[in-house]
Amino acid sequence: MTTVNYSNVELLRFITAGSVDDGKSTLIGRLLYDSKSVFEDQLESMKVISERHGNHKVNLALLTDGLRSEREQGITIDVAYRYFSTPKRKFVIADTPGHIEYTRNMVTGASTAEAAIILIDARNGIMEQTKRHSYIISLLQIPNVIFAVNKMDLVDFSEKKFEKITDEYSIFIQKLNIKNVYYLPISAFHGDNVVEFSKKMTWYKGPSLLSILETIPLKNNISSLPARFPIQYVIRPQTDNFHDYRAYAGQIASGTYNVGDSVTIVPSYTQSIIKAIDNVMESLNEASAPQSVAIRLVDNVDASRGDMIVKSTELPIVDSNISLMVCWFNHRPLCIGIKYIIRHTTDEVFGIVTHVNYKVNINTMENVICDEHVKMNDIAHVFMKTSKPLKYDIYVKNRLTGGLIIIDGNTFETVGAGMIMK
Amino acid sequence: MSNKSLHIKELESESIYVIREVASQFEKSVLLFSGGKDSIVMAYLSYKAFYPSPIPFPFLHIDTGHNFEETIIYRDKLITQFDVKLCIGSVQDFIDSGCLKEETGYDASRNKLQTTVLLAMIEKNRFDAALGGARRDEEKVRAKERFFSHRDEFGQWDPKNQRPELWNIFNGKKQLSEHFRVFPLSNWTEMDIWQYILEENIKLPSLYYTHEREVFKRDGVWFAYYPFVKLRSNERPVIKRVRCRTIGDVTCTGLTLSEAHTTEEIISEIAVSRITERGGRFDDKRSETAMEDRKKAGYF
Repeated sequence: MTTVNYSNVELLRFITAGSVDDGKSTLIGRLLYDSKSVFEDQLESMKVISERHGNHKVNLALLTDGLRSEREQGITIDVAYRYFSTPKRKFVIADTPGHIEYTRNMVTGASTAEAAIILIDARNGIMEQTKRHSYIISLLQIPNVIFAVNKMDLVDFSEKKFEKITDEYSIFIQKLNIKNVYYLPISAFHGDNVVEFSKKMTWYKGPSLLSILETIPLKNNISSLPARFPIQYVIRPQTDNFHDYRAYAGQIASGTYNVGDSVTIVPSYTQSIIKAIDNVMESLNEASAPQSVAIRLVDNVDASRGDMIVKSTELPIVDSNISLMVCWFNHRPLCIGIKYIIRHTTDEVFGIVTHVNYKVNINTMENVICDEHVKMNDIAHVFMKTSKPLKYDIYVKNRLTGGLIIIDGNTFETVGAGMIMK
Repeated sequence: MSNKSLHIKELESESIYVIREVASQFEKSVLLFSGGKDSIVMAYLSYKAFYPSPIPFPFLHIDTGHNFEETIIYRDKLITQFDVKLCIGSVQDFIDSGCLKEETGYDASRNKLQTTVLLAMIEKNRFDAALGGARRDEEKVRAKERFFSHRDEFGQWDPKNQRPELWNIFNGKKQLSEHFRVFPLSNWTEMDIWQYILEENIKLPSLYYTHEREVFKRDGVWFAYYPFVKLRSNERPVIKRVRCRTIGDVTCTGLTLSEAHTTEEIISEIAVSRITERGGRFDDKRSETAMEDRKKAGYF
């Protein structure tokens, strides 16, 4: 079969974060525009709108600000997903808002991202929101951070100004757990160092934003982590042709499975061996994260949705008393002692927060003890007991088996997210 | 599969995961099937997700009555191939019974009427999740959709109060009479869909490939001419070689002048195209926020 060569590329998911008016939407518009991902009809409709709002230059932010109220206020209020590709990679951008009340959207975008662009207005330097966003990036373990100082055109492309801001930031993030940081000066509005190099900042010798995005290492190690397969759905056709067929369907969260592997089903600790790994008509010898497959075992075991098939040599932690960092999303505060619904991998249990250990003051990075009032946008370290034991890894080791969501038992809203610490 | 591109493999796995999640979390789900390429890909992915079990949910087609006949023939063949139940919500029936009033004038379309029929079908069958083939790259408001999109009992979408979606954990819990729209293809682009169709060797309705057809031009876009279309005095039907880039019903599907006979040729055509896929969709052009207004009301 002929395959179109140029499109056999990897997928990079990244987020953009910054304060209000740092120019995130403009930057994304610029990336799409300069990488030739904007189509004529979009450009035409943007021109018409820009002129109606009294702008004669096309406003690139209009590409991402999709909702009516956003256009009216000129701000972004929800995560918008954008797609573009270059011959080297395909990109999924989560454009997340800078407003404090929408932090939950940033957390949402951050949970699946492998890189984050933090935008700074060169005139304002590091703001409270910059710190909050950096903290969330480190909390959610996004491995790569691109720190882009924007609006350099408004500070005369000053190298001094750039260095002052980046020095301050590099000191700030020493307190955080962020692996790779790239620093660069840009002007999203004029396009300097976004796709094309800037002629006005010859003092900057590093790569452009796009070439950083095209080359930062992808988190390929997810297939080399301990193997975790949360059972999502049991396939039992019970038809004449497939009378005894029973397969455990799901998406491999991490690691690699082979036919013949000795496996353990947790939490029952039943042992078996992988008989087959099915992918529709095809049987695979080996499958790794993030593939969706159906696993058949040699023995007839009792296993269902929420259980996890793991290799017998690398068991996860199984416990119903956990400690976790919680990010709270709801207007109603976290209540100690009441029953929440917990979703973790494909499992669902009840959970009760027994104790708030400390809250994090994001501006000072200090832990505040003796304050048990966890409100919207607060981040806190809490203890929780669950109605059934969870099978997990700590979040810093595995984002998919270490993350959970908290659901209100009455409204069914997603009220919080948790990253398991212990 | 070994000959599949890396990113396509990842997108396929993500979509199958979301489809299985729907079958696990909901009691009565349904796949919205229009006969367009995205819903065809959805049908194939659903088949893969549960093989060798049959697809555990029916398909629902909202039939405007203004169909390209090829779509209906293709639909019925696919239903047989995958052995699924088909439910049809007929806009014509709603008009005949007086529940809906047809638009009149040159730009009359049954697009808006579909929403009423869709919501009535969901209500009548007590569907609690409706899977759709919408993609975020299609349109600026769709770019803000979640995979699991919550709808109140009137089918309304509240974009300012969407549930946060973290990692791959989806919260499909709801009150009685509310429902979810679920979009497993959220992260696919138009090009990804075509590449998948190529790599999986999926056969599409002939409309997607070049063919001769009676067409007329309106506001710079070519449309199929059918006797029920009201022409303006300066518009007259001519024969052209065209193909569809998207398939809606006859009144809102713009056609592209094209000589592409094969999926490969379509891919190279799209690769150089400078107009978005929905650029030919008249239903989006009614106002700057046409899609947002329709989605809030319960559109697909």
